[in-house]
Amino acid sequence: MVDTIAYPVQLIQPDGRRVFRPDYTSLVRDIGPDQLRDLYEDLVVARRMDVEAVALQRQGELGLWAPLLGQEAAQVGSARALRPDDYAFISYREHAVAYCRGVDPGVMTRMWRGCAHFAWDPSSVNVTNPAIVVGSQGLHATGYAMGAHLDGAEIATIAYFGDGATSQGDIAEALGFSMSFNAPVVFFCQNNQFAISEPVHLQSPVPIAQRAAGYGMPAVRVDGNDVLAVLAVTRQATQRAREGSGPTFIEAVTYRMGPHTTSDDPTRYRAAAETEVWKARDPIDRIRRLLDREDLLDDVFLARVQATADDVAARLRSGTVEAPDPAPLDLFEHVYSTDHPLIDEEREQYAAYLAGFAGIEEALS
Amino acid sequence: MAHEFRLPDLGEGLTEAELVSWAVDVGQTIALNQVIGEVETAKALVELPSPYAGVVEELLVSPGTTVPVGTPIIRITTDAGTEEPPARTPVLVGYGPGAPAASKRARRKTVTAPEAGAVPDRRRPDASPAARAAARELGIDLDLIAGTGPSGAVTRSDVEARTGSARPDTPPAPESPQSPERETRTPIRSVRKQTADAMVRSAFTAPHVTEFVTVDVTRSMELLDRLRELPEFEGLSVTPLTLVAKAMVVALRENPSLNASWDGEHQEIVTKHYVNLGIAAATPRGLVVPNVKEAQTLSLLELCRAITELTATARSGRATPAQLTGGTASITNVGVFGVDAGTPILNPGESAILCLGSVTRRPWVHEDELAVRWVTTLSVSFDHRVVDGEQGSRFLASVAGMLHDPASLLAHL
Ligand SMILES: Cc1ncc(C[n+]2csc(CCOP(=O)(O)OP(=O)(O)O)c2C)c(N)n1
Repeated sequence: MVDTIAYPVQLIQPDGRRVFRPDYTSLVRDIGPDQLRDLYEDLVVARRMDVEAVALQRQGELGLWAPLLGQEAAQVGSARALRPDDYAFISYREHAVAYCRGVDPGVMTRMWRGCAHFAWDPSSVNVTNPAIVVGSQGLHATGYAMGAHLDGAEIATIAYFGDGATSQGDIAEALGFSMSFNAPVVFFCQNNQFAISEPVHLQSPVPIAQRAAGYGMPAVRVDGNDVLAVLAVTRQATQRAREGSGPTFIEAVTYRMGPHTTSDDPTRYRAAAETEVWKARDPIDRIRRLLDREDLLDDVFLARVQATADDVAARLRSGTVEAPDPAPLDLFEHVYSTDHPLIDEEREQYAAYLAGFAGIEEALS
Repeated sequence: MAHEFRLPDLGEGLTEAELVSWAVDVGQTIALNQVIGEVETAKALVELPSPYAGVVEELLVSPGTTVPVGTPIIRITTDAGTEEPPARTPVLVGYGPGAPAASKRARRKTVTAPEAGAVPDRRRPDASPAARAAARELGIDLDLIAGTGPSGAVTRSDVEARTGSARPDTPPAPESPQSPERETRTPIRSVRKQTADAMVRSAFTAPHVTEFVTVDVTRSMELLDRLRELPEFEGLSVTPLTLVAKAMVVALRENPSLNASWDGEHQEIVTKHYVNLGIAAATPRGLVVPNVKEAQTLSLLELCRAITELTATARSGRATPAQLTGGTASITNVGVFGVDAGTPILNPGESAILCLGSVTRRPWVHEDELAVRWVTTLSVSFDHRVVDGEQGSRFLASVAGMLHDPASLLAHL
């Protein structure tokens, strides 16, 4: 076995050539020309969607957005390894995971627009809504995985979080607990090199994946800009989970090309030269070069991909600008799934407060 | 129909932003999401994509102006329909493209007017953090300023507009057009402040020595003319500085003590085996010294390109912290201002700074005869704790030699 911490798994090189790595190639043997093309399409759509959302934020239609630019392969590769009944607990940047799980692009921005507490029904697609609380995904996923385990369901649960989140107690607890109880969970860390403005070496002097060893957990480091490699390692980890072999830690080494969110300026905390280096490792360019080398690119295909991407972006835009503004009392909906006396009382009090303003505007004008 | 695009909140609750530049002109046809201009908030410099496809009818804000969130900044005509879209109110405070709500706050206040005998309203005046900071810095009482921001909030420009003007409770001084202000007081801030601190620190910690040499650089000037004709150098600024930089990198290799720093804390001299070459640049924000990383690895062409880019970035005020730190030795070019020579002050942490004077035609003894030659004066200041006179002199003579006969540079490439 090759040491994947020192040599992260890679199946496609930045110039599009394949890497000979039998142990992992066998995991993606079924990915032929059509499947490769589909992965390419997903990557292009993910980027297009993200670019549209950033534009919408600049146009005042969204309060905030956390761009995924540069992380498409880590998200698409891992999400495409999941089966429909697997369950994903995402953080706030996994828009491509949501898309791959079948979330309607038209509802994707609701939370970011501030017009709803939720964007979609999680149980309809087995992926949670964006969660801002850093690291919470680890515990939620572990809990769900334990439940599924006790129910005898042969599914995998995956938790998405960043490099920064590994400094969070929640992740440490999740790793410890899941290992002790053999929970069928995959910890998927996208190491995009930054926690807001703090570089990853401030979080850990060793590769993030190496931390799993302290819990006795198998870990693998993968080139996060290589969609095929990510697909392979995630398939391996989810398979382990479904078979009851316990948790796995994956560190996908990638790079956040844009800001942390639309409200910060990455040029203030990192050098342009560094970003340039990563540009050469762009996940979309890489698979495009592979397709080109293997003679799988043609104009009809490229036009189809572009049309799909534009269509998804248009749905995201119209869903955003047409989202109805909520009524003030909607605030109390969806806090609990059933009626709750305290919420009812608060709703009444707030309604009375709002009613107190009735007639004031006219009286004053 | 015409749509007005209002300045959105670009950074989670910011109240205002400066319109830096427009990327479109009146009459221009633009596409959805086409970049129309650049805006700088307290947090970031960002591009604004157009929310409409259509024709630019009017630019409502001129570059350099700071406007509150919600201000219409551009009018775009689209050919879609004639109906005004339903008016939307922002979903969250300061969010969304709606106009700032009509002064609700004031009305609310009327309703809850204090009862007789109640404590007077000691609420802080409504002002943006930037305005508060500016007011504190300038010693102005925020209570005395009428705000022009949303809901009457005081903005930074309101504060700045008051600088130097009389307070409302003192009668305004009679204006006399013949007596312009005899003094202007400019707060010492940002780059100017940092430059000043750095210079004082440098001048009073590192014992400076400066040496001069005047040299005939005619052949270098001829070489530069030739380089400018090469297609590779097209679009680059090929100047005496280019050659000086190359010569300096070579001379530093031979005289490493000038590429070292004094570490007083550990009582060590740290000799660098790489050259991050600082280039002092005069920018609208003041003096900054960005550096070319790993200059010892660059060919003349690469060096020329790096300097061209670096100085352009610095002049546009966008040098990154990484570009501005980590320098090992620097060059300052006073020659561009037509000055013969100077005694430069070391960039803190470095041990040498080379100063290039103007390159001019002067009478010069050339091959035993008086001739008109291109001549310049180079000077170098060095930290005498780290560099001895011998090393400093050798370094300067070496740079001068390579500029006198640039062919000798070739031997070191
Ligand atoms: C519990 C918690 N602490 C702090 C924050 C503030 N916060 C938001 S994002 C972030 C950085 C997270 O970095 P990382 O885990 O690397 O994820 P990335 O943003 O790079 O995807 C922090 C500290 C938070 N949301 N939740």
